[in-house]
Amino acid sequence: MRLELAGDWSLNSLGRDIDQIRRTLAQASPSTEWNLSAVARLDSFGAILIWRAWGECWPANVSLQPEHRRIIERAAAIPAGALPKTAAFSPRAAVASLGDALLGFVDHALHFVALLGQLFLDCIHLLRHPRQFPLAEVSASVYKVGVKAMPVAAMVGFLIGVVLSYLSSLQLKTFGADIFIINILGLGIIRELGPVLVSVLVAGRSGSAMTAQLGVMRVTEEIDALAALGVSRSQRLVLPKVFALMLAMPLLVLWTSAVALLGGALSAWVELGIAPSFFLETLPRVVPIANLYIGLLKGMAFGLLIALVACHFGLRVQPNTESLSASTTASVVSAITIVILADAAFAIATRTVGVVA
Amino acid sequence: MNTPVIELQGIRTRFRDQLIHDGVDLAVPAGEIVALVGGSGSGKTTLMRHIIGLTHPEAGSIRLFGEALHAGQLAERMARRRRFGVLFQHGALFSAFNVGENIAFPLREQGVASEEEIAALVRLKLSMVEMEPAHAALMPAELSGGMVKRAALARALALEPELLLLDEPTAGLDPDRSVAFIELIRTLHRQLHLTVILITHDLDTLAALATRVAILADKRIVSHDTLERTLVLEHPFVQRFFHGHYRRAEAAAGEDH
Repeated sequence: MRLELAGDWSLNSLGRDIDQIRRTLAQASPSTEWNLSAVARLDSFGAILIWRAWGECWPANVSLQPEHRRIIERAAAIPAGALPKTAAFSPRAAVASLGDALLGFVDHALHFVALLGQLFLDCIHLLRHPRQFPLAEVSASVYKVGVKAMPVAAMVGFLIGVVLSYLSSLQLKTFGADIFIINILGLGIIRELGPVLVSVLVAGRSGSAMTAQLGVMRVTEEIDALAALGVSRSQRLVLPKVFALMLAMPLLVLWTSAVALLGGALSAWVELGIAPSFFLETLPRVVPIANLYIGLLKGMAFGLLIALVACHFGLRVQPNTESLSASTTASVVSAITIVILADAAFAIATRTVGVVA
Repeated sequence: MNTPVIELQGIRTRFRDQLIHDGVDLAVPAGEIVALVGGSGSGKTTLMRHIIGLTHPEAGSIRLFGEALHAGQLAERMARRRRFGVLFQHGALFSAFNVGENIAFPLREQGVASEEEIAALVRLKLSMVEMEPAHAALMPAELSGGMVKRAALARALALEPELLLLDEPTAGLDPDRSVAFIELIRTLHRQLHLTVILITHDLDTLAALATRVAILADKRIVSHDTLERTLVLEHPFVQRFFHGHYRRAEAAAGEDH
């Protein structure tokens, strides 16, 4: 048999009929006569194809250009042995990954506590040197996480208020207990829904942004540059964010709860005929002021947690894109989870406060 | 065979109201290594981004391999892009992939070669840039500066391009690494019959590699010639760039000339 190859033998041009070429090449036997003189362009891929068709040794009968001979020689000299592979998943690997996860959790917990401790030390330092307080950073952060979140917080709060009020009033109407809509909305929104809703919103909006910002600063070595200039990273980067969220969160909670109550009152007016003036008059009587304090306190605590979690994950980003995305996701998910856990703790701790028996 | 690999005509670029290029003309014949030299901010990298097709000049035409850069259907444009390889200044390795996957990526995208052939090609490219097969499992974050350049060069060479664009290939390498990298590029140029465009600030790199030097100054190419003939040019930038450096080097060596 005699095989004649011609034209472009490169990865870019062989694409279209590669299967047919492979079939033709597979028919070759050691006695095949090869003529490659008409080949115009040969790249490593073409050379590998041909070399494999030859059974990885030079055929007895072959004619080709010296330049192409060199390319095939290069393909023939490819270092043997497979590329290093990642190990397959085995029971042993499962145990190891469980251990990894556990140790990773301990590591996270230790780092988180260290961050909290550093923050405490920074606060003491700032009490001694009040002039070093990063006022400009705190102010900028309050604007970013607080003021700019107001429209979306208002919209979400308003709609939740309307929906909650509408669904509750449908039930209350059947009992003739219309008036209790004020108790339900007042307690539910001020004490519970307002803080949690704002926390979820802020964790998704500002927590992720903080993690990504610190993460990119780590990747671009900006954080190292800050340390090298003798500026404390926790004092200049972490502390302002924590302070800003602790300040902005209660205000956002107040704003969102107010708008949610407005939505609820409107819905109650339409659905149950309860006038907004009556709603406003009754609210302080059935919902003790302690609930508002609890709500604001929760907002502050959740703000602290969200900022700490965001900074914690941001400072642990490795210099690659995968780590950045994983950390941002982990930051938001952890922040929301921790906020809800803390909310449960609050509910237990304050179960006798502000509830009219 | 005589069509230039790259042909730029009357390129004009403007950033906001700042004119970067005004009538850049450049023709690069096949097989040359052209060093593109210019002061900081003279638009060398911008010109390279025009050639790759990442940005569009305000006016002027760019022809690669004798065809207009943006001519034809999507498939033709993509095929044209596969005929050149680019080594970005900081390597631009995909940080989520290891070195082997980075090199295999363009090969796999083609959907032609089998996995086994891709593995063989990756081993070949690694050996071309003088890296061990074991390095394939490393992540870009674990590599040193020189290794990043090598791995990125291997990826740029994955599809065996006819044209190679190098943006500051030796920046950030220590002198002996830099010499080794220059040697590597020279060997590859000979083996693969590449045409190379080289952006550099480093005179040693330029002197060792370039067959021609294109000077980008005063918003256009003021000279495109061999190094010897460039050196005698009466242009303030050329005087500053070449002779300032040599004078300092000679003074440091304590030789009289």
